[in-house]
Amino acid sequence: MSGILLQGIKKTFDKSKTIIDKLDLEIEDGSFTVLVGPSGCGKTTLLRMIAGLESVTAGRILIGGNDMTQTEPGDRGIAMVFQNYAIYPHMTVGENIEFGLRNAGVPRAERLRIIDQTLRSVGLEEYERTKPAKLSGGQRQRVALARAISKRPKVFLMDEPLSNLDAQLRDQMRTELIELHRKLGSTFVYVTHDQIEAMTMGERIVIMDKGVIRQAGTPREIYRDPSDAFVARFIGNPGMNILSLPSGESWGFRPHDARLRPPGVSLDRSLDLSVDGRIVTKEILGSEVLYCIETSAGKVMAKMQDDGFSFDDDVSLRLNRESVYFFDLDGMRIRDHSIRSSLLESLAVRNALIA
Amino acid sequence: MRSSPESGSRARRGRIASYLFIAPAIAGCLIFTVYPLVFNFYLSAVKWDLLSGSRRFVGIANFARLLGSPAFLAVLSNTALYMAVVVLVSISAALLLAASLKESTKLNAFVQSAVFTPHIISLVSVSILWMWIMEPEYGLLNFLLGMLGLPPSRWLESPDSALASLMIVGVWKTVGYNALVLLAGIQSIPASVYEAARLDKAGKASTFFRVTLPLLSPSLFFLVIVNVASSFQVFDSVSVMTQGGPMDSTNLLVHWIYQTGFEYYRIGEAAAGSVFLFVIVALATFLNFRIVSGRIHYQ
Repeated sequence: MSGILLQGIKKTFDKSKTIIDKLDLEIEDGSFTVLVGPSGCGKTTLLRMIAGLESVTAGRILIGGNDMTQTEPGDRGIAMVFQNYAIYPHMTVGENIEFGLRNAGVPRAERLRIIDQTLRSVGLEEYERTKPAKLSGGQRQRVALARAISKRPKVFLMDEPLSNLDAQLRDQMRTELIELHRKLGSTFVYVTHDQIEAMTMGERIVIMDKGVIRQAGTPREIYRDPSDAFVARFIGNPGMNILSLPSGESWGFRPHDARLRPPGVSLDRSLDLSVDGRIVTKEILGSEVLYCIETSAGKVMAKMQDDGFSFDDDVSLRLNRESVYFFDLDGMRIRDHSIRSSLLESLAVRNALIA
Repeated sequence: MRSSPESGSRARRGRIASYLFIAPAIAGCLIFTVYPLVFNFYLSAVKWDLLSGSRRFVGIANFARLLGSPAFLAVLSNTALYMAVVVLVSISAALLLAASLKESTKLNAFVQSAVFTPHIISLVSVSILWMWIMEPEYGLLNFLLGMLGLPPSRWLESPDSALASLMIVGVWKTVGYNALVLLAGIQSIPASVYEAARLDKAGKASTFFRVTLPLLSPSLFFLVIVNVASSFQVFDSVSVMTQGGPMDSTNLLVHWIYQTGFEYYRIGEAAAGSVFLFVIVALATFLNFRIVSGRIHYQ
């Protein structure tokens, strides 16, 4: 059992700066959970508290049902992969892996067997006697991973392990980490500020902002059913377009859900909201095109496969009612059907186009 | 593409200008370093009568006389012992100091300044200060020993304790500088390496010997070389505190060279002693590089 339970976690620095307050979170045994959020949201601090590298001001951390709040990092049954790898630069690859095993009292023969097996699993068997300075960034990351794997931990903690790699290597390592999780079945807790990484890797995503969990759920839930405007904007590439209403609420839509038509073209039955605008930028992303459209309500993004529009074209941006989201004065998602309907009607009337 | 004659002459003028710019430094180096060194080698092979001014080439006779002289061998032995103890104790104490001062607190900042202060005070001033502290009748050290119920010592006035007294001063003078260099080395070790060690269940001793010390090796290597060289060349404290006595127990090599050359006017022997000093320091540095440098880890 390697589930993690965080109860009432509080973290204060310098006796006055509280960055996390009364945080509760359950991470299921064997899950791949991603903690994501902007810089300074507290995700790394939370991870470090789980690891025991940061003290907990208040609250409890349970790993596998055992209270580990005051337990030393080395005794928590966890392994951690750091952003900068944190491998011992003066030790060879083999020695890096062996160090923790030796401290744990593993007999020499067993250590050698584990080192050999682990290096094979990460494809570094030829580099056992090599020092880290002679390795590439990706290889160093594998050493860090191998060191973590060798401990056979209940929980893997990863603090933005791919952020120092180039884009291609990052994609490759992402796949390898997902496969590793499937193979080992351990609980993975992964911290990243990259929401694309979060969406592609996580079985469960926990979005944090200013020390608070804004939403936790599957990638699909987070994307399709954001709980507030912050989550809606943060998740997605690009995030949700959110525009203000005169009454103080706001409304939004995903760039993927927008369709562009030349102005004056009559409404489609399925696209029953319309906003007029002018294209101010056009980015070709390969199979898709990202348009930035200046409207009377503000600038919005639209992402589609249609490459037919150009810079400075006047366009009519069309939306399906079902793809519109509403948020209240506090940015929280409006789910009440009747309120939603009335806001939708007022939006359609404002745009003088009703299907 | 051929370069034009104009660009060739411009390049030549640039090179000449470069040499002219570094000429004063080279001249200084030649006059104050190379020439005295070469002249010293020459003097070590002559017998120079200062009264008549004549110099007679004697080959290796000066060296042979020194190697056959029990007094000179005792000087070499004193110097080697002084060097070994001061370097070992100073660097070890500096390591402990640096390890305990690595947290950024106001108290640590104050202690860092305090331990570095001896380094910036002149050795002559330090020597006079310690002469007072080690004064057998009224000095602070014997007073403290008395408070602890321990017997007093003659310190600088006894051949049994004079060299140890000089070693205390030598350690006190150098430990602050050594500690600061090591502290800088410790602070350059990424914190994440120590965190990884905590996750690897490394205890304090294991972390110190298997993580901190190896990563401090460049700083330690530098300090050993610098401290060995400077310990072999100690002069001020000997000259001010003991003048080599009592009974030559604190006569170290540079002081012996000074005495032999400028008090006894045996220039040739003094120069030969200088050559021995040069060779010993060069050999020590060479051995340091040969034996130790392969184990130094540069990040």
